[in-house]
Amino acid sequence: MRRAALLLVVALLLAVPFIAGPMLTLGTIVLAKALAVLGVFLLLQAGQVSFGHGMFFAVGAYSAAYIGAAWRGADLFVLAFAAAGLSAVAGLAVGLFVARYRSIFFGMLNLAFSMVLFAVLEKFFHLTGGTDGLRIRRPTLLGFEFGRGSFDLVLYYFVLGLGLLCALLVWQYLRSPIGQALKALKSNETRLEYIGLSARNTVLAAYVLSAVLCGLGGLSLGIVQGLATPDYTFWTRSSEFVFIAVLGGTGHVVGAFAGSLVYEAVRFYAAALLDDSWQLILGAVLIAIILGAPGGIIDLPRRFGLAGRGPRSDPAAGNRIAGSRRPHGEGAAS
Amino acid sequence: MSAVPPFGDPLLSARGLEIRFGGVVAANGIDLDVFEHENLAIIGPNGAGKTTFLNICTGYLTPQAGSVRFEGDELVGQPPRRITRLGIARAFQIPQLFTEHTVLENMLLAAAVRERSWNPFRSLASLPQRGEMLELLDLVGCADLGHKRAADLPEGQRKLVDIAIALALKPRLLLMDEPTSGVASADKFAVMEILVRALRTAKVSSVFVEHDMEMVTRYASRVAVWSQGKIQMTGEPTRVLSDPDVIRTVIGG
Repeated sequence: MRRAALLLVVALLLAVPFIAGPMLTLGTIVLAKALAVLGVFLLLQAGQVSFGHGMFFAVGAYSAAYIGAAWRGADLFVLAFAAAGLSAVAGLAVGLFVARYRSIFFGMLNLAFSMVLFAVLEKFFHLTGGTDGLRIRRPTLLGFEFGRGSFDLVLYYFVLGLGLLCALLVWQYLRSPIGQALKALKSNETRLEYIGLSARNTVLAAYVLSAVLCGLGGLSLGIVQGLATPDYTFWTRSSEFVFIAVLGGTGHVVGAFAGSLVYEAVRFYAAALLDDSWQLILGAVLIAIILGAPGGIIDLPRRFGLAGRGPRSDPAAGNRIAGSRRPHGEGAAS
Repeated sequence: MSAVPPFGDPLLSARGLEIRFGGVVAANGIDLDVFEHENLAIIGPNGAGKTTFLNICTGYLTPQAGSVRFEGDELVGQPPRRITRLGIARAFQIPQLFTEHTVLENMLLAAAVRERSWNPFRSLASLPQRGEMLELLDLVGCADLGHKRAADLPEGQRKLVDIAIALALKPRLLLMDEPTSGVASADKFAVMEILVRALRTAKVSSVFVEHDMEMVTRYASRVAVWSQGKIQMTGEPTRVLSDPDVIRTVIGG
């Protein structure tokens, strides 16, 4: 039943250009953000909240801007590989510093790094275009050049393919021993070290992967908007990813996409309804979700008794992030 | 110090361990050898430094002086994960489990680390060690718990699973901190019986901190008595436990 529902959703996503043509760009934005949210979602599995993943979002977008400027008509695949590679390097560099910290320290340290990048992007005007940012040229795809309209369609399917591929990879990663170790780190870091595993390296591996996901998300959104600006690494951007991840639910990769869809839809319609106060509606929605369905949007069907089999473990556990218990030292005192 | 001479080279050998926490001296010149095939019990009053010794041996604490060697490798200064990989596993007084995972997943994670199975395209549940882990669970009397979430187990079973995780690492030496505390007193002997048998089957030597003297007499092959950060006496259980000084410090209080 769950598999059937999933296939239906994928079919709907494939059909978006035909059934909701005018919404195509919004759809691409939803998917681009979902990619970045997937990265934040991954770290949430270890109970770690990053308030700075916008920095890798920016790395993805700016890499497209620089490569596009240096090489006219760069291929979309080349840009994607470059964005993935560069954000992996950036993720490793930052990750080496932050992977040993937990909870609030982890969150704030990420925030600090992202704001350093923000300042650099803003101040080094001659290199980065300052606050105005850099233009991202429309890339080619496998040697074909596209006009504006057809490129929107191509880009939608490209980001959709990327999103589905990444979702599948993250899903598999979390089932594998290293992904399960990441989840185990949340409940007992002491035991993790005492089965012979480095907690820091476990976080670092996930961190690099999450950086790549954010980088690909940033690349996608950058190409949609045709622009890379310092806003990509501003702290509100990073918080937005956390917000969406919690909204969608941290129990399953689908949550990142559901959250992103609902977030952008609420924002779109709320903005039309209330002009400058769409945050008010968004905030109300988040409060309703947290109070009514601690497992996020993906937990709603189960709460309404629609799905027979819920997730095996307590879905609410996924959202107990801020006050993550750190049992280090428990039972070790004389 | 009267040492009973078990034969061969020691598996683990501690020399001159010293550690102080402020004014409290938790280890004040500890010398101890642990030999292969023995079950060494550590007894002594609260605060004598028994758990501290385990903490030093597993890298959780770094002593201010002294050394611990395990088959030639110096353990002092190494983190717990390296010591674990050298072949020393630990079970805790308060069980340390991955509470959100099932019992079998707990075991499989240990097996995955042991075998270094880091292929991300292979899921934990499909590891080839699955059968081995189920057997091990059976060995510690938890055969039917595999699919239960660790957080949902009663304390006694958590304790057994904690030890099973340690055994899943295929250690040479297992350090246990009060293996039967938290187990209902009616079940204590049955549980310890299971454990000792499991250790023998897996050919694992052990050191265990214990408060129950009857447990010590029955299951330890040797006893070391701790008192104020020092080893007061070591030897064969019946002899040590009938020593008047030991009776005064440990049993008489």
